Amino acid sequence: MAPYLPRKFQPIPPPLFRPPRKCDVCDDKTATVFLTQIVKGNMQKINLCENCAKEKGVTDPTGFQLADMLLGFGQGARVETQPMEKSCTACGMTQSTFRKTGRLGCAACYSVFGDGMDGLLKAMHKGTRHIGKVPAHLSTRQADEEHLAQLRTALDDAVSKEAYEDAARLKSEIATLEKSLNQSVRV
Amino acid sequence: MKFTTLLRRPPEWMEHDGPCRDIVLTSRIRLARNLEGPAFPGWAKKEDRIAIMQELQPRIESLNGMKDCFSEDLSNLDAIRKQVLVEKHLISREQAAKSAGSAAVINREQSLSIMINEEDHLRMQSIRSGLDLVAAHAALDKLDTELEEQVRFAWDKRFGYLTACPTNLGTGMRASAMLHLPALVLGEQVNQVIQAVNKIGLAVRGLYGEGTEALANLFQVSNQHTLGEREGDIIARLEKVIQQIITHERNARRKLLEDSPHKICDHIGRAYAALRFAHIIESKEALTHLSMLRMGADMGVLPASEARLIDTLLVEIQPAHLQTAAQRKLSGEERDILRAEVLRRRLHHLPEPDMSACTGPGPEAPPDGKA
Repeated sequence: MAPYLPRKFQPIPPPLFRPPRKCDVCDDKTATVFLTQIVKGNMQKINLCENCAKEKGVTDPTGFQLADMLLGFGQGARVETQPMEKSCTACGMTQSTFRKTGRLGCAACYSVFGDGMDGLLKAMHKGTRHIGKVPAHLSTRQADEEHLAQLRTALDDAVSKEAYEDAARLKSEIATLEKSLNQSVRV
Repeated sequence: MKFTTLLRRPPEWMEHDGPCRDIVLTSRIRLARNLEGPAFPGWAKKEDRIAIMQELQPRIESLNGMKDCFSEDLSNLDAIRKQVLVEKHLISREQAAKSAGSAAVINREQSLSIMINEEDHLRMQSIRSGLDLVAAHAALDKLDTELEEQVRFAWDKRFGYLTACPTNLGTGMRASAMLHLPALVLGEQVNQVIQAVNKIGLAVRGLYGEGTEALANLFQVSNQHTLGEREGDIIARLEKVIQQIITHERNARRKLLEDSPHKICDHIGRAYAALRFAHIIESKEALTHLSMLRMGADMGVLPASEARLIDTLLVEIQPAHLQTAAQRKLSGEERDILRAEVLRRRLHHLPEPDMSACTGPGPEAPPDGKA
């Protein structure tokens, strides 16, 4: 019987040997560019060497078509290259930490991550734009008028894109805002 | 104001009878606010949190409504004292878990409480008796505006008031009411009500907020959306739904009296007996019985004037309140003994329930409180 050894004295198994990955296109050189593609929840990985990557134009944004060509996926399938992770310059909050905790780091984070939050906010709230209290120092009326102009632009945009659901929502937001602006004139 | 004074003085909402007080114990408004520059408390370093606290605390203490307030750094309060504030609904459970760099400022009437460095730099709360969200909001809005003259809050045209969690974005406002719904629970209709309320974007929670049990048949109903809707509209919508729940509860009480008066009498009678004569009683059991006595007071089985005492006891028999009264840490068993003692003493004068109001000749007109 092997003598009992406390866990910390047991030998550490050697790491598994992992050979360098070969390029999927030329099957010759070592792959240095790794693409991950997610189609309907299935993950596909493509490994390319530097030459092939350049040749196929992976570094330019139109490189999306590369995966279609390589793996014969349907048109419009997306390949996500691994970009530099977005982070807030003011507080250092990163996209992945935000995703994990669901909390932002500081007010400036909203200008970094805010644009990608529409889907999240739509699921959480009644609208994606604030129509409530405005701090007194930001002259309420001025802010409302600017906001109204923004909403109108967004409405035109939505109509031209035929996003009627959004348009209807924006219309009602505009109506509410106009009403309150008219009321404040009377007061 | 000292902690002992805070403990001794009953909160203003307990002393007044707001609208629909028979079913709605309190209305609360909470506003989340953050400073423009520094990181939110959960992401800020300890030194930064302390600096923020040192900047905000004196400013809040000097506001108009905060004269002679209770203001304390949470690291100066022991676990039991923090828990007392939680049991009184003056700070959140999350805030109680914090220490250095967190503070609580509470006005003399205990109608306004401001938490510094909870999840956001400021969580400000206003409490009113009964269903009176509008008044609760007006008081807090005034405080918020006054504070805004001194500090710059993080605000954005698109997102409104910026908060650590996007669920509070926009108005940063959570409006809630504490409802006593014993008949809907006894009639097994309460789940239907909760589901219906959830469907229209409102939340129903237990006695101490998110993830807590609905002890004493008390439920908190609050808004979930804070962005894309005005404060006034959120409150109006919530009040309308609460009015409907009140009607449901009153109808359920009437129906119980019609269909099973003996069952009601039995619940109230057993509750009376247990609370008057028990020598060991757990918190949950005591709360359930107090809920029955409260309903009895609303129905005229017990003097209506006792409703306030019952509401006070709901808080007084909680673990941290008992331990403060005993001036030492108590084991669970010791608490159960002391709880029974407090209840026997405080309810000593309570007359036997007069069940004729339930089983009397006509259940047509049960007194259903002050509408």
